[in-house]
Amino acid sequence: MIVAELAERLRARHPDAVEARGEVTVVVSPDRLLDTLSSLRDEHDLRFTFLSDLTASDWPGLDLRFWLAYHLLSMEHLHRVRVKVGLPPRPDPPHVPSVTPMFPSASWLEREVFDFFGIVFDGHPDLRRIEMPEGWEGHPLRKTEGLGGVNTRYKGAFIPPPDQRST
Amino acid sequence: MATIQPLREETMIINMGPQHPSTHGVLRLVLELDGEYVVSCRPVLGYLHTGIEKNTEYRTWQQGVTFVTRADYLSPFFNELGYCLAVERLLGIEAPPRAQVIRVMTNELTRIASHLLWLATTGLELGAISIMLYAWREREVILRIFEMITGLRMNHAYIRVGGVVMDLPEGASEQVRDFLDVMPGRLHEYEELLTGNPIWRQRTEGVGHVPGDELVALGVTGPMLRAAGIDWDLRKQLPYCGYETYDFDVPLRTAGDCFARYEVRIEEIRQSLRIVEQCLDRLEPGPVMVEDPKLRWPAELSVGPDGIGNSERYVRHIMEESMEALINHFKIVTQGFQVPAGEVYQAVESPRGELGYYVVSNGGNRPYRMHIRGPSFVNLQATPRMVEGGLVADVVASVASIDPVMGDADR
Repeated sequence: MIVAELAERLRARHPDAVEARGEVTVVVSPDRLLDTLSSLRDEHDLRFTFLSDLTASDWPGLDLRFWLAYHLLSMEHLHRVRVKVGLPPRPDPPHVPSVTPMFPSASWLEREVFDFFGIVFDGHPDLRRIEMPEGWEGHPLRKTEGLGGVNTRYKGAFIPPPDQRST
Repeated sequence: MATIQPLREETMIINMGPQHPSTHGVLRLVLELDGEYVVSCRPVLGYLHTGIEKNTEYRTWQQGVTFVTRADYLSPFFNELGYCLAVERLLGIEAPPRAQVIRVMTNELTRIASHLLWLATTGLELGAISIMLYAWREREVILRIFEMITGLRMNHAYIRVGGVVMDLPEGASEQVRDFLDVMPGRLHEYEELLTGNPIWRQRTEGVGHVPGDELVALGVTGPMLRAAGIDWDLRKQLPYCGYETYDFDVPLRTAGDCFARYEVRIEEIRQSLRIVEQCLDRLEPGPVMVEDPKLRWPAELSVGPDGIGNSERYVRHIMEESMEALINHFKIVTQGFQVPAGEVYQAVESPRGELGYYVVSNGGNRPYRMHIRGPSFVNLQATPRMVEGGLVADVVASVASIDPVMGDADR
């Protein structure tokens, strides 16, 4: 389906739907998330029944520091949409409602975001770390956490780890 | 309520994995068993987590290729393609036609190699050891072709932002053609060995069955979904790299069990062979990398005796002939290029399903955030649904039919 047509259709319900690079993005507030996703899923001309991906990015310094991105797919109409939710830095950890009851495929993806970014998904049936060890402290994909690594000896000199190099 | 008797007195918890030959790497399943039956199954991941996503945030855009190619190490070209397509969309560029054809060809050969490896390991796990030897033999032919083209058997970093890093070497097309001549007969042999084999059928038919709508809810994609009768292949439905211009079918089965997944994968090998053949016919001479000197990888590479290296002609050019070429080389190699701020989600159909790349740029010379939607990661969510209530011996068949690659799941 043509992306412009989808953007037009979405704008009727979400006036701020943005179209860029052949993708449509809808930004919602955390309290509107579940309503938005269920209407995207259920309305007959949208039918986003498949949650492809769910992840986050960290922007320290912004009023809304954490941005969750939900990538939905409609196998019926062959279109995709991205739903984004911004969360403030306080309280830390931030909370957002879980979509796992709506999209079971979100279960592990939410666990991954919890693990890497420390975002708590309220209502998730089993919110535990998934990639990092159980006793791990911190959330490694936050920008405030370093990459880690040691100096590497190369031809008599030491090369600093990647996050401490100048270029 | 008080009248209900408990069905069992006690259950046993066993750890299957992370070191277990049938877990395709380091998947760990915590199984609760009642005799031979699985009461509950809890997959535990993370044993192969290497921080690829975080690492790319500290490297230039071009360096990212060498990281993502190591995620799903059994289908490296798909990782490279998904990542590069995403970055190219952010840059607003497109690879030249010849590069597109080479990309499709290497991708489809990888699909064949990946399915062959699946067939080999699954056969081994279910007691069909001869198929392991045969499938491994054919996979080796493909890996030799890859070594000839890219210098490496895996983790090629061959597909780069803007095209591919170097053109096909002389004789590559002939080698691919030789493979295309041999492979259909070999496929027939595999089917002779397995399809009618009563042991193979008993181990796979009706095992690990999940209906299509549940697979969709669980986010499962790829051959598993198509084996449950759902016609979903990104190459057809949301094509990229010109797949809409190739003539191929999407094999479907409706049974939704391990045997159907086997049939779908065998048939997909056949369809991939068709696509590779069309690629060979379409290989017109032309550039394989965008022309823009501010983007293209400056070095001219060639495959030497110990892998890829700078071609001698190019080294002479920058060291002795052109100061500007040396400056440009230095700038691109050490600083890379800037990518306009924005975000894209690009998905490709890998042998395991939807491999998605969500790439965010803040306008710098490194990704701000790069997320891999690994099909193995999402597909593994279906494991408890497949194995709970079944026999413990069927766990092996079910997990094998997902075809998980832990590098892809843990990243």
